[in-house]
Amino acid sequence: MKEEKFDYALRMGDTCLVLSHRLAELCSKGPFLEEDIALTNISLDLLGRCELFLDYAAELEGKGRTADDLYYRRNERQYFNQLLVERPNKDYAFVIMRQFLSDAFMLPLMNDMKLSKDERFAAIAEKGHKETAYHFRHSSSWIIRLAQGTEESRKKIEEALDELWMYTGEMFEETEGDKSLAQAGMTPSNNDLKAKWLKNVKEVFDEAGLEIPGERWMDSGGRKGEHSEYLGHMIADMQYLVRAYPNDKW
Amino acid sequence: MSETKDNQGQLWEVFIQSKNNLPYKHVGSVHAYDKEMALQNARDAYTRRGEGRAIWVVLANAIVSSNPDDEGAFFDPADDKIYRHPTFYEMPEGVKHI
Repeated sequence: MKEEKFDYALRMGDTCLVLSHRLAELCSKGPFLEEDIALTNISLDLLGRCELFLDYAAELEGKGRTADDLYYRRNERQYFNQLLVERPNKDYAFVIMRQFLSDAFMLPLMNDMKLSKDERFAAIAEKGHKETAYHFRHSSSWIIRLAQGTEESRKKIEEALDELWMYTGEMFEETEGDKSLAQAGMTPSNNDLKAKWLKNVKEVFDEAGLEIPGERWMDSGGRKGEHSEYLGHMIADMQYLVRAYPNDKW
Repeated sequence: MSETKDNQGQLWEVFIQSKNNLPYKHVGSVHAYDKEMALQNARDAYTRRGEGRAIWVVLANAIVSSNPDDEGAFFDPADDKIYRHPTFYEMPEGVKHI
């Protein structure tokens, strides 16, 4: 079960890491001061959660790598984050829609993971659930505000939804490893999560007056390390210092 | 209730209570379009380092303020009435928050 747990912790850590970094890219570029701080707060929450997952992954692996090694010394094919969170920042409606679709997933994940039979997963979820409850509240209120704001904000939120929806299918894929973890009560089952995610999305969309898109083709690949061209650029930026000055300390 | 020119919403004053039973203290202000957003912005801007247990946000233009020109008329008469201060009493043990 150790290997399955390692895969899972790494994948979760990577998803938190990449979304955290996308939000960090907006630091000092938010639409106004208060939102800038809000996004940076969320980014830091996710970075903290990434560290907890990667610390655990490094421990489970037991090959002497640390969370920092995992963070800074892998190339893009060795990252297993969801494709949704690597989509590069566009306008604010896009940033909020990406965040909302992810928060609506993280919320039931963290809630159900609190009951994990694995103590570490349960502890990460205990902290993460409180944080995500706030993230979800923040992104939901912005979805409603933008959808019911001006003609332009409505158009942008609809465009963002249209562009991002195809990355949501992948969140609920299940590997053999995932199935055995769920059966052993270590992690929530992805089937359960999908229903809860959809319920969260629908409730907010109903209030916002947005339609859930119909069946459509879903992209996939994060679990296999197959990413869009955008992730490599992000990682190059993120890892520059460590690559340029290996083993330096500061 | 007009919005500011740069369209960041209205100005709200923020008050934080650091512990139960202590009074709320003014800590600053935020911009926001509505109550919920004002509360969220206040939380993000002013309680990131464990400063508080509860927040009030109040529309800045709902606050009635004294006029600086009235300072003399309002506050000077209290200056020469030291008997109004409870400094002539010994403080009983166990009294808090004074």
